[in-house]
Amino acid sequence: MKCDLIFAGVGGQGVLSVSAAIGTAALSEGLHMKQSEVHGMSQRGGAVTAALRISDVPVHSPLVSSGSAQLLLSMEPLEALRYLPMLSKDATVISAMAPVKNIGNYPDLQEIYAQIRSLPKAFLIDAEQLAREAGSVRTSNIVLVGAASKFLPVQADSLVQAIRSLFERKGEKIVEMNLKAFQLGRAAAH
Amino acid sequence: MNSTELGHQMLLGDEAIALGAVHGGASLAYGYPGTPSTEILETCLGYAKVFPRFKATWCTNEKTAYEQALGASLAGRRVLVTMKHVGLNVAADPFMSSALVSIHGGLVLAVADDPGMHSSQNEQDSRYFADFAKIICLEPADHQQAYDMTREAFVLSEKYKMPVVLRIVTRLAHSRGVVLPRSASAINSVNKAQDPQSWILLPNNARRQWHERLTSEATLKNEIETGPHNQLSLAPGDDVLGVITTGTARNYYLEVASELKTPVSHLHIGAYPLPEQKIQQLLAGVKKLVIFEEGYPYLERLIRGVGNSSPKPISGRMSGEVPADGELNPDIVRAALGLSVQKGLSAPASFTIPGRPPQLCPGCPHIDSYASIKEALSAFGVSLVTADIGCYTLGAMPEYKAIESCVCMGASIGMAKGASEAGLQPVVAVIGDSTFFHSGMTALVDAISANSNITVMILDNETVGMTGGQTTILPSNGMQTRIKDVVLGLGVNPEHVHVLHTHRTQVHVNSAIIQKEIEYQGLSVIIAVRECIETAKRKKVTS
Repeated sequence: MKCDLIFAGVGGQGVLSVSAAIGTAALSEGLHMKQSEVHGMSQRGGAVTAALRISDVPVHSPLVSSGSAQLLLSMEPLEALRYLPMLSKDATVISAMAPVKNIGNYPDLQEIYAQIRSLPKAFLIDAEQLAREAGSVRTSNIVLVGAASKFLPVQADSLVQAIRSLFERKGEKIVEMNLKAFQLGRAAAH
Repeated sequence: MNSTELGHQMLLGDEAIALGAVHGGASLAYGYPGTPSTEILETCLGYAKVFPRFKATWCTNEKTAYEQALGASLAGRRVLVTMKHVGLNVAADPFMSSALVSIHGGLVLAVADDPGMHSSQNEQDSRYFADFAKIICLEPADHQQAYDMTREAFVLSEKYKMPVVLRIVTRLAHSRGVVLPRSASAINSVNKAQDPQSWILLPNNARRQWHERLTSEATLKNEIETGPHNQLSLAPGDDVLGVITTGTARNYYLEVASELKTPVSHLHIGAYPLPEQKIQQLLAGVKKLVIFEEGYPYLERLIRGVGNSSPKPISGRMSGEVPADGELNPDIVRAALGLSVQKGLSAPASFTIPGRPPQLCPGCPHIDSYASIKEALSAFGVSLVTADIGCYTLGAMPEYKAIESCVCMGASIGMAKGASEAGLQPVVAVIGDSTFFHSGMTALVDAISANSNITVMILDNETVGMTGGQTTILPSNGMQTRIKDVVLGLGVNPEHVHVLHTHRTQVHVNSAIIQKEIEYQGLSVIIAVRECIETAKRKKVTS
């Protein structure tokens, strides 16, 4: 088994914590993994990407080869389109709907949605709305982890545990909010 | 990540080095923040809270960090010093000469290169520095090696009485992988170096120390050559492809190796000086050679020799099969090995995806400072704004177009002085608080000495912003900025030193003050103060 994932978003959206949640779950199941991140300058409102590679045999490269990622998880719709060359022909694309319009030439949003919907397997998730239902817009990224959970090579239970450990030090209320976000996201991708 | 339990851990390469240092018996760690090395010392600072026997400190710059590490070594302690590749330029003076002293407590320099320039102004390769100083360089391929080699580097440093360079690159520093730690080594007690002459580099001593280094070079080379990090596997036959990988390049090669149809002899290099015999052994039995190294074609150039005199054809960065610049990836390695590169999905050609470059955060104080500077300069015809390294370099983006240079830490003030003396006036130098302490103060002394006709704007946001909000070495407290005391202490005329609260409501008021100082034919220093919006937010969350 080999599963390559690409995460996308805009600096400050919590791309790295999404990657960390899924990576922690994979590690708890004894799977091999490598994860690459972008720190530094790009985190200042620029396009940000991370890659996570999970396998039952040792993983060498921290980077994904073109055309081989099975899943793209994007916190922002325009960013979902940026990394298409990394995806395999039958890849699943999960993207949040809310745009981050911090550039002057941001394309027409409906056109972006249409591009995403035309992909072979794509889900546009209103992560912001579901996050609000869970208790805070800040849980949007965990809504997306939930939406991705059906397509990941790890058990939902492991993801729940990973989310728990990720937010543990922030208190039980925050943990519960994020677990609710996870469940709402999971129900939304179908 | 402060856990030092011995089970498997998922760590950044930077975190693995910090853990390796703590487990390897280091008592101290020093550094200056710089992507992609920052998280090494960040992690050390976390450990320092848990282990009273371990101390970690941010320093004013890489040179002072390296010198503090030297002092710790002289006192007999093991010490880690960390920086990014261009930081080693700043520390080059103590670094080069430290290769001649008899290192006492193990001294390990973890230096992080940034091929591809994700967050840097060049992609220099630190292996040249290790070669230049004639000292050992270890280059980990993965996270486990980052941990293991850090520990080993302390042992080698004490064995050969030299600093040891641990060279990593962005993709190791900022990727996560699994590390299995081992139990910690004991720490050295304080024990002053016994031979003081070996630490006093007077010409007579330096000549002796240098001579000893050169005499023992052959022994060192042999031990590194036959050590565990330079692995040669030879395939039999007449039609064998030779592959050499160094450091993290091995990951991309191993990823695709199973798809190769021809037999391959593979040499992996993880420790320098170069294993010359193994390279010759490899060359003897292959038809052609492909070289994958992250960074410059350091190895390739040596193997090709003068006039491309290698006995076998070589593919690499110099011949174009591997791009001459930028970082490696699996696709580049596939193409260089003649394997097909897969095509992924794509958006229709009619739909262009606009770039999203990094930018100043909404509410950033630098935005207001630049608005004031631009308004002040609009009263003049030709002018020049030199700038420096930090978040404020993003003032170069099209929406601001507020700065005209960014070269190295501290360059803004010296360049402003030079341009002004050359006859280009008015000149404004823009520098951040941490960069000012790092390398700006000395240039300001030059400007004071000459009473240069320049206006220095120090943007004091009370933090080292770009690298994640470390505390400035001498933190300010709002308008009570400590930088004012420093500037006055150095001797800038108090009539031309101003502290401004930079804010969107103050743009016009501030621009009038800046304009008046630009008109003044002499040196003025204006300190624009407001806390970084990100740092302020974080403080709110944690309080």
